[in-house]
Amino acid sequence: MTMTPAADTGSETVTTDPTPADSTPPAAARSTPIATRAPETRAREHSGPDAHQTDGHSVTLTGLRAFYGDSEAVRGVDLEFAPNRVTAMIGPSGCGKSTLVRCINRMHEEIPGARAEGKIELDDRDVYGSDVDVVAVRRSIGMVFQKPNPFPTMSIFDNVAAGVRLSGQRSSDLKGVVERSLRGAGLWDEVKDRLGSPGLGLSGGQQQRLCIARTIAVQPEVIIMDEPCSALDPVATLRVEELIAELKKRYTIILVTHNMQQAARIADKTAFMLTGEMVEFADTEKIFTNPDDSRTEDYVTGKFG
Amino acid sequence: MSVFVGISPRRKRTDQLARVGLLAATLVALVPLVLVVYTLVSKGIGAISLDFFTTDPSGRFLGDAGGIKSAIVGTILIVALATAIAVPMGIGVALYLVEYGKKSRFASVVRYFVDVMTGVPSIVFGLFIYIVLVLGGVAGGFAGWKGSIALGLLMLPVVTRSAEVVLLLVPDTLRETALALGSPRWRVITRVVLPTAAPGLVTGSLLAIARAAGETAPLLFTAFAVKATTYDLGGQMNSLPIQIFNDVRQAQDRLVERAWGAALTLVAMILVLTLVARLIQRRSLAT
Repeated sequence: MTMTPAADTGSETVTTDPTPADSTPPAAARSTPIATRAPETRAREHSGPDAHQTDGHSVTLTGLRAFYGDSEAVRGVDLEFAPNRVTAMIGPSGCGKSTLVRCINRMHEEIPGARAEGKIELDDRDVYGSDVDVVAVRRSIGMVFQKPNPFPTMSIFDNVAAGVRLSGQRSSDLKGVVERSLRGAGLWDEVKDRLGSPGLGLSGGQQQRLCIARTIAVQPEVIIMDEPCSALDPVATLRVEELIAELKKRYTIILVTHNMQQAARIADKTAFMLTGEMVEFADTEKIFTNPDDSRTEDYVTGKFG
Repeated sequence: MSVFVGISPRRKRTDQLARVGLLAATLVALVPLVLVVYTLVSKGIGAISLDFFTTDPSGRFLGDAGGIKSAIVGTILIVALATAIAVPMGIGVALYLVEYGKKSRFASVVRYFVDVMTGVPSIVFGLFIYIVLVLGGVAGGFAGWKGSIALGLLMLPVVTRSAEVVLLLVPDTLRETALALGSPRWRVITRVVLPTAAPGLVTGSLLAIARAAGETAPLLFTAFAVKATTYDLGGQMNSLPIQIFNDVRQAQDRLVERAWGAALTLVAMILVLTLVARLIQRRSLAT
């Protein structure tokens, strides 16, 4: 895969800049219980994405069912998202893939009448436990949306800082966090001279990378991307895809996509869903070359869509 | 094969007739507006002078009638307190309806009553406060702050309704994004929803203020009137609408002239508020 210079800069920063003063003991970060209101998470110095350890986190779904009122959008799915891998969710519109990923960071329940059943675990922490703070879950599991959506009232800087400020974390080095996040999103060189200008003034692709920077500023463990490129042109899409390949070194990535070429290009594993059920889950290469299920074959070869 | 040239004479006639009719309706609607402004300026401008704004009504039967300083001060204070009551409360109600109540039964009931309140005549609010607070003898009789409450009640539904519309315009995707970043709901509201809606909220509030500033009836029963300038909202207070109401009923030309001057002043103040509101609105549309 080709790397643009900006993406290279990002990766270099990541690997060469763990400020010792900021670094968090990996064990403590890893075992942060999402069940409590995570006082230690808030109290600890927020040091930006680089302090994040490279050991990944896995997400395990067991018998997940999701409903909108009476209609069942996800019908009992078992799935494991492996650490530091890109897992693509593919399937026709309305198959339940977006609903499924929105259950993982508990955004599904924000829709009136929507609910989920089953078990979702981040490593060994139950996301749907009875005493779980949903806000803490969402800090651990970041999300990038389909349409780039910078906060319209905020500058570029404030948009990234909003990732920290909105989640109630404190940082003595907000500038550093913003810079590292923007570098991490491969956007720093393009915007470093105009951090004070409105986020909406950027191009669509830049806006989406701004949104990614905002997401990683919170230091999540997992990043969900719900069709992050569907509103972008091919060049911007390529940039974001390169970025995703870079981000998986530090995060577990769950990628919903309509674009099968995209899944084939960047996903390590691919899950194919149809009418709320998981039809097949395997290595991406297998899904696209030699799937077990005939429905998968029909879909990836374009017999229906 | 159809021909594309030539509009039938009948269609042409109908079109012209409709245009003329609509134009005529617009002109007729403008007539009273222009007449009001013209009368106001022509009769009121004569009363305007520096003294007019810097002296209180003298109350003398002969000689200098005095100005309207106490009325201007009173109106500003009473409306300011009414704003302090109604705007936070109205925006609060709107936030509840949009962010929490949504389509619940309780929220629909609240919405319905807010609509009903919008239609309540202002004199009813005045009477209500008169009975409860003035006749009820809460902290004495007539008082400026009681007028403020009456005006605040009048403003509340206007502020609530306009704020609700503006808050609904904030895209849900922004709320979703903020929530997904791990933001508690209250911080989504204070950091994202309110700043995004701010220009609209200010505009709606200013228009509510402009509406309340011109109300006579609620003040007649509550703040009543004194001639001297007072800054004490606990006592009786003069105000522009009451000053106009009292003066215009007098037999002396100079007092009637003062009423016109006061009316012109009031309209000018409201005009300024409305212009500011429009400016803020336009700026928010531009960005």
